[in-house]
Amino acid sequence: MLEIEIDGKQLQVPDGSTVMEAASQVGAYVPHFCYHKKLSIAANCRMCLVQVEKAPKPLPACATPVTNGMKVWTHSEQAVKAQKGVMEFLLINHPLDCPICDQGGECQLQDLSVGYGGVQSRYEEEKRVVGNKDLGPLVSTDMTRCINCTRCVRFTTEIAGLMELGQAFRGEHAEIMPFVEKTIDSELSGNIIDLCPVGALTSKPFRFGARAWEMSRRKSVSPHDSLGSNLVVQVKNDVVKRVLPLENDALNECWLSDKDRFSYEALNGEERLTRPQIKQGGKWIETDWQSALEYVANGLKSVRSEHGAEAIGALVSPHSTLEEMHLLQALVRGLGSDNIDFRLRQTDFSADARRAGAPWLGLNVAEIGSLDRLFIVGSFFRKDHPLVAQRVRQAVKRGLKVSVLNPVIDDWQFKVENKIQVKPSAIAGTLVGVAKALAQKTGQDLAEVFVSAAAGVEADAAALSVANSLASGRQVAVWIGNYAQQHADAASIEAIAQEIARLSKGRFGILGEAANSVGGYLAGSLPSKGGKNAAEMLKAPLKAYVLFGLDAELDTQAGQAAVDTLGKADTVIALSAFKSESALAYADVLLPIAPFTETAGIFVNAEGRAQAFYPVVKTAGEVRPGWKVLRVLGELLGLDGFDFDKVEDVRQIVLGAAQEVDRARLNNALTVDSFALGAAAQGVERVADIPIYAADPIARRSAPLQRTRDGQAPALRASASTVAKLGLEAGGTAKVKSATGAVTVPVVVDDGVVEGSICLAGAHADTSALGGLHGEVSVERV
Amino acid sequence: MSSQGIILSGLDGDRTWRLADYIKRGGYEALRKIIAEKISADDVIAEVKKSSLRGRGGAGFPTGLKWSFMPRAFPGAKYLACNSDEGEPGTFKDRDILRYNPHSVIEGMIIAGYAMGCERGYNYIHGEIFEVYSRFEEALQEAREAGLLGKNILGSDFSFDLFAHHGYGAYICGEETALLESIEGKKGQPRFKPPFPASFGLYGKPTTINNTETFASIPYIIREGGDAFLALGKPNNGGTKLFSVSGHVNKPGNYEIPLGTPFADLLEMAGGVRGGRKLKAVIPGGSSAPVLPASVMMDCTMDYDSISKAGSMLGSGAVIVMDESTCMVKALERLSYFYFEESCGQCTPCREGTGWLYRVVHRIENGLGRPDDLDLLNSVTANIMGRTICALGDAASMPVQSFIKHFGDEFAFHIEHKKCLVPQDVQREGSKIYVA
Amino acid sequence: MLSPESLKKIDREIAKYPPDQKQSASMSALRIAQEEKGWLSSETIEFVAKYLEMPAIAVYEVASFYNMYDLSPVGARKITVCTNLPCALSGGVHAADYIKKRLGIDFNETTSDGKFTLKEGECMGACGDAPVLLVNNHHMCSWMTEEKIDQLLEDLKK
Ligand SMILES: Cc1cc2nc3c(=O)[nH]c(=O)nc-3n(C[C@H](O)[C@H](O)[C@H](O)COP(=O)(O)O)c2cc1C
Ligand code: SF4
Ligand code: FES
Repeated sequence: MLEIEIDGKQLQVPDGSTVMEAASQVGAYVPHFCYHKKLSIAANCRMCLVQVEKAPKPLPACATPVTNGMKVWTHSEQAVKAQKGVMEFLLINHPLDCPICDQGGECQLQDLSVGYGGVQSRYEEEKRVVGNKDLGPLVSTDMTRCINCTRCVRFTTEIAGLMELGQAFRGEHAEIMPFVEKTIDSELSGNIIDLCPVGALTSKPFRFGARAWEMSRRKSVSPHDSLGSNLVVQVKNDVVKRVLPLENDALNECWLSDKDRFSYEALNGEERLTRPQIKQGGKWIETDWQSALEYVANGLKSVRSEHGAEAIGALVSPHSTLEEMHLLQALVRGLGSDNIDFRLRQTDFSADARRAGAPWLGLNVAEIGSLDRLFIVGSFFRKDHPLVAQRVRQAVKRGLKVSVLNPVIDDWQFKVENKIQVKPSAIAGTLVGVAKALAQKTGQDLAEVFVSAAAGVEADAAALSVANSLASGRQVAVWIGNYAQQHADAASIEAIAQEIARLSKGRFGILGEAANSVGGYLAGSLPSKGGKNAAEMLKAPLKAYVLFGLDAELDTQAGQAAVDTLGKADTVIALSAFKSESALAYADVLLPIAPFTETAGIFVNAEGRAQAFYPVVKTAGEVRPGWKVLRVLGELLGLDGFDFDKVEDVRQIVLGAAQEVDRARLNNALTVDSFALGAAAQGVERVADIPIYAADPIARRSAPLQRTRDGQAPALRASASTVAKLGLEAGGTAKVKSATGAVTVPVVVDDGVVEGSICLAGAHADTSALGGLHGEVSVERV
Repeated sequence: MSSQGIILSGLDGDRTWRLADYIKRGGYEALRKIIAEKISADDVIAEVKKSSLRGRGGAGFPTGLKWSFMPRAFPGAKYLACNSDEGEPGTFKDRDILRYNPHSVIEGMIIAGYAMGCERGYNYIHGEIFEVYSRFEEALQEAREAGLLGKNILGSDFSFDLFAHHGYGAYICGEETALLESIEGKKGQPRFKPPFPASFGLYGKPTTINNTETFASIPYIIREGGDAFLALGKPNNGGTKLFSVSGHVNKPGNYEIPLGTPFADLLEMAGGVRGGRKLKAVIPGGSSAPVLPASVMMDCTMDYDSISKAGSMLGSGAVIVMDESTCMVKALERLSYFYFEESCGQCTPCREGTGWLYRVVHRIENGLGRPDDLDLLNSVTANIMGRTICALGDAASMPVQSFIKHFGDEFAFHIEHKKCLVPQDVQREGSKIYVA
Repeated sequence: MLSPESLKKIDREIAKYPPDQKQSASMSALRIAQEEKGWLSSETIEFVAKYLEMPAIAVYEVASFYNMYDLSPVGARKITVCTNLPCALSGGVHAADYIKKRLGIDFNETTSDGKFTLKEGECMGACGDAPVLLVNNHHMCSWMTEEKIDQLLEDLKK
C-alpha cells in the first residue's frame, strides 16, 4: 500500500495505482476525456493535469503512478491553469454549436468547458473540418467534433477484440476512421457511442430523437441473451427512445451488446400487435379483451371436453418473464394437461427425468476473470453471448487458456489455445476421447458408465492438447453452448462434458440460450408427468395450442414443420407482442401482450440471478401485460391459484418470500445410467447457427440490426474443398434439401466450417422450409 | 568534413567505410580487448561513466548512467536501439558517420549490447537517407560474415545481433519512444513515461536507446580509456563532438572538435560568414534550441554547459548560422511550419497548439499581424510547454519564445509596417543557391 | 498481388524481428510494395495487412502517418525538395522555385505527361549539402545548382 495526499486528504492506495484512481477514491474529480477505467491509458487529451509536489510541471493524473508520500493538488492554481490551457486547445477546432449537436446536454466537453473554458475564443483562424465516415447502420458520425481521445479506437482493439477503427494521418490532420469504406461490424459497436465524450459518434437509429434532458431514465433488464444486462431505458412521451447500459460490474460492466442496445427499435415498429383479434370464417376481426378471452376460454374448454386435456399444449418463449412462464404452466396443468415447454430449439430431451435441478452456468459471471482454463463445447460463443465472450477476452489477456470444440470455428477475437473441429455427429465421441485422455493424464478412472464407449475411441492430437490443457489448470470450467444444447445428441454431450469437468476438477456450466432459460426450469414450464415436450408437441398435432411470445417457425427447431403442425390444430391461441404473416395464417386468436418494456417481471440469468424489472412505458394500444392476461384467463377457466393482485404475488410462488433463487435449485448434476455413442453420419450434415439478430422476436424486428452485417440473410457456408466436392461455386447459389423441404441460398466459402459439413443458419425465413436445424441434407448447385 | 577527433578522423570520404579499412584504423580492437581480457559488463559501464560521455542525440544525458539503468537480472530479452533518425533541422552528422564510418557504430552497439546484456539491437535510420541505410546493411553483412555479429561473437559465449530499421518520413520517430513504436511497426507516437524504456521498451522489454554518435564514441573510450576521452573535452563535457554547421557560412559541413572549443573557432573552420556579411544569430543545437543573437554566441564555447548558460542548448550539435540578410520572422515561420507538420497528433496541446503557433507567425510574416500577437504567441507556447507527452511540444515552443525574446523588435516592425525589416532583395541575395 | 521478388524482400525484412513480431515489418513491406506499385492503393494496403496478419486499419495508420508513402498516384519521378530553414538559407527555396518553373507545376502537382510530381520536403538530415532533393524517395541529390537541376531533369526524362 502507498500513502498519498490528495487535496489535503490522506489515503492509502494499492501499489500500482494511478493518481486518477486515488483521486476518485477521495471523491476529487479530475477532468478528463481520454481516460476510461476499462481501457488502456493513452494520456493524450492532457485534460487531467494536476499539480504534484516536487514535479516541475503538471502531470496527467490518469497516467502518473502514485509514489509513496506523494502530494497532489487537483485544483490548485497550477493545476487549473494547465487544465484551462488544455481546454482552450480542445475548443479551438471544435464547433461551438452545441444547440444543434446530438450530444448536447450530455457532452463531457460541453460540461467541462462551462467550468474551464474562456469566455471568448482567442483563436480566430478557420476551424478544421473533418469528413464524416459511414460506420454502418448503428453509429452516426460528426467527425469535426472529434477530439482525438482515441477511446473508440482503444475500445475496438481492446474490448471488442478487433481493431476496426484507427487514428490515421498525423498532427492536426489526425482522423479517426475505419479502413477505407469499411463499416464497424462488431456486435459490441454501440459502446463507442457511450465512450465518445463529444458528439462525434452518436446513435444512428436515435439520431436527433430527443434531447437528453427531455427523456426520463428507467432501469430495466435485457430480454435477449442469458447474461441479463442491466439497462437504462430512456423514454419520452411513453416511447422508448434509447437504451443505454446501467453499469453492473457483476454482469455487463459498463457495456451493452448491440442487440441489447438497438432491439428497442422493434418496439416502436409496424409489426406491433396492439388489439385482440379473432379469426372468423377465415377473416381477422378486431375485438375487445373480454370477448377475446371468453372466446379463448370456451375454445379450450370445448377441446378439453371433446378430446381430453392431453389434446391441449402450450409453448412459451424462454424470453418470457418468470411470472408468465409460471402462470402458463399453471393454466395448462389446471386444465389437466402436462404439455408445456419453453425449450423450443431443443431436439434431444432424453436428459429430462435425470436432472437434479435447473441447469445453469455453474459459476458467477464475475468469476470468469479468475478462470485459467476453459473448455467451450458446441457454441457460436461470440455471437450467442457477446458480453460473456468479452469477459473471456479480458481473461485471456490475463492468462486464461481457452479450448473449443465445435463444427464451425469462427473468429472470437481472442486467442483460442486448442481447437477441435468435428462433424456434428462426431461431437460426443470426440468428447469421450478427451475424457479418456484426461483420465489417463490425471491418473483417474473414467466413470464406469463411459468405459465401454471409450473402449472404441482414441484421442487424436487435438483432443490430447485439450486434455493436457485442462489437466494443467487450477481454475477450470467446462461450458456447453447453445449449439450443443440444441444438438440431437445433447444429453450425451452434456453427460460426457460433465465427466470432463469432473476429471479436471473444474466447474461445469450451461450457457443458457435466452434471458430466462434458467427461469423456465424454476417456473416448471416443462413437462413433468409424461407430458409432451416442445418437439413432440410440434410433431404430432394437438387439438389446441397456446403459443406465448414466439414466432413458431423461427423460434422452434421445427421451422416450417411447426407451422404445418399448427395448421392442423382446431385452435391456436397466440399471445404475442408482434404480428407476423405466418401467425395470421396458423393462429385463430391473437392476443397482444406487453414486451419487457411495458410489463413487470423477472429474468433469471445464466448464473441464477433473479432480476426484477418494471414497466418503463405505458402499454401500447390495447396491449396488456402477459401475466394479467393469463390471470384473467385462469379465472375465466375457473382454475385455482389465479386470484392475486400483484405480479409480486406470482413471483413469490416461484421464488418464495426472498424473491431470490434458492441456490440449491440450481444443479447441473445428471444421472447417467447408460451411455452409448450413436453412429457417425455418412452424408453432408448441416450445422445451424442462430444468427445473433434472428434469435428472438424483438431483435429480429429491429430494422437497424437487420441492416448490419450480422443481420444479412443466411448463406451456405462451407470450406473451399467442401464447396468444390459438392460441385458448388463460391458466390453462386445452392439448393439444400432436407427430409421435409428445400431452400435455395447463396454459397460462401468459409474455411472455418468443418470438412464435409455445411453451416446454414436457422431462425430465418429463408431456411425455415428445411423443417429442422440438424441432420443430413443433400446439396446441389443451381 | 573536418576532424580533430576520433569519429571522422583518418577518413577519406567515401572510400574507407569498409570493414577492412575500419580494422586498419584500429577498429574492433575495443571489442577484441573486451572479449580477450574478459572485461566484465560492469567495468565497461564504469569506463563509459568515467569518460563523461553525454548523449549526442540532444538531451545530453550521461551515457554511462543511462546504461546502468538497465535491469541486470532481467529474465527475458533485452534490446538496444540506435537513434539514426536525424531529422532535426540543421543536424546532418549521423548521416556522415553512417556513410563514412558505419563500423564504429556497429562496434559501439556490440559493446553496449555486451555491457547491458542485450540480445538484439536495431539501428533506426532516417527515411530520407535510403542510400545510407543500404550501405549500413552492407556493413552489417560484413560484420556478420566476420563473426562480429551473431552467435558466439569472436568465439566467446556472447551473442548479439543487429539489424537496420528504415524510417519513412517522420521527424517524431527521433523521439526515443516513438522510435520504439515505429520499430514495432506502428505509427510513431511517443509513449507516456514512466514507464521508461529501461523497464518497458521495445516489445515491452528493457531497452536502451542512444544516438549514433554516442555509439560511435564507445570504441575509442574502451580502446583508449575513459580518461583519455574525457581529456579530449572538458570536465563534465568529455570528448570530441561533431558539429553540423549550416546556413550562411562559406563551408557548411561537419566539424569534429573537442567540446569546449570557442564558437568563433568553429565559425572560422566553417569558412566564416558568407559574402562578408555580419553574423546576426545562431541556433546552436538544432532547430528546437533557442536562438542566440550573434553577440551572445560569439562569447560561447561549444559545450553543454557554456551554451546552456547562455540560455540555449547544445542539443544535437547542429549550428544554424544566420547572417544579417535573414528575416527572423520568416525564419521562425518556416520552423513553426515544420513542428506543425511533424506533430504526431496524439496529445492535445501539441496537435492543436503547433498549428495555432504557425498560423499566427504566418499571418505576421504576411502582413496580417495584430498588436497583441506576440503576447498571444507567448501565452500559447506557455500552454504547450511541459504539458505534452513528449518534448516536441517544447521543441516547437522554444524557437517561438526565443525569436520573440531576442528579435522582438523585428516582429513588432512586421506587425506595425506589414513588411519585413530586412528588404526582400537582401533576403533573396543572402539565401540564393549557394554551393561552396 | 505483389511480385515474388517483392514478397521475398518482405520476407527478408520479417526475419529481422522476433518471430511473433511480424508487424514490425509493416513499414518496409509498405516501402517495398510502393516501390513495385508506384503508390499505395487500399488494395495494396489490405494485401500487406493480410500478409503481416495485421488489421488493415493498423497498416493504413502507418501508411498515412509517414510522409514518404503515397496514398494517391504520383508521377513516374517524384522529386521532393527540402525547404526547411537550414536549406532555405542556402538556396533550398530557390531550387524548388527553379524546378517549379522548369516543370510548370507547383508543389503537390504532377506534370500533364505524368512524368514528374513535385513535393515539398522536411529536413532530410543533409542540410550541409543544400540545396538537396530526393528522387523517388531513395536517391538523394546534393548541392543542386540550376545547372545540376537541368542535368537531373534531362536524365530523369530518359
Ligand atoms: C521530438 C524529438 C526528436 C528527437 N530526434 C532525435 C534524433 O533525431 N536523433 C537522436 O539521436 N535523438 C533525438 N531525440 C532525442 C531522443 O529522444 C533520445 O533522447 C536520444 O536518442 C537518446 O540518445 P543519447 O542519450 O545518446 O543522446 C529527439 C527527441 C525529441 C523529443
Ligand atoms: S508532443 Fe506532439 S509529437 Fe509529442 S506526443 Fe504530443 S502530439 Fe505527439
Ligand atoms: S485523461 Fe489523462 S490525459 Fe486524458
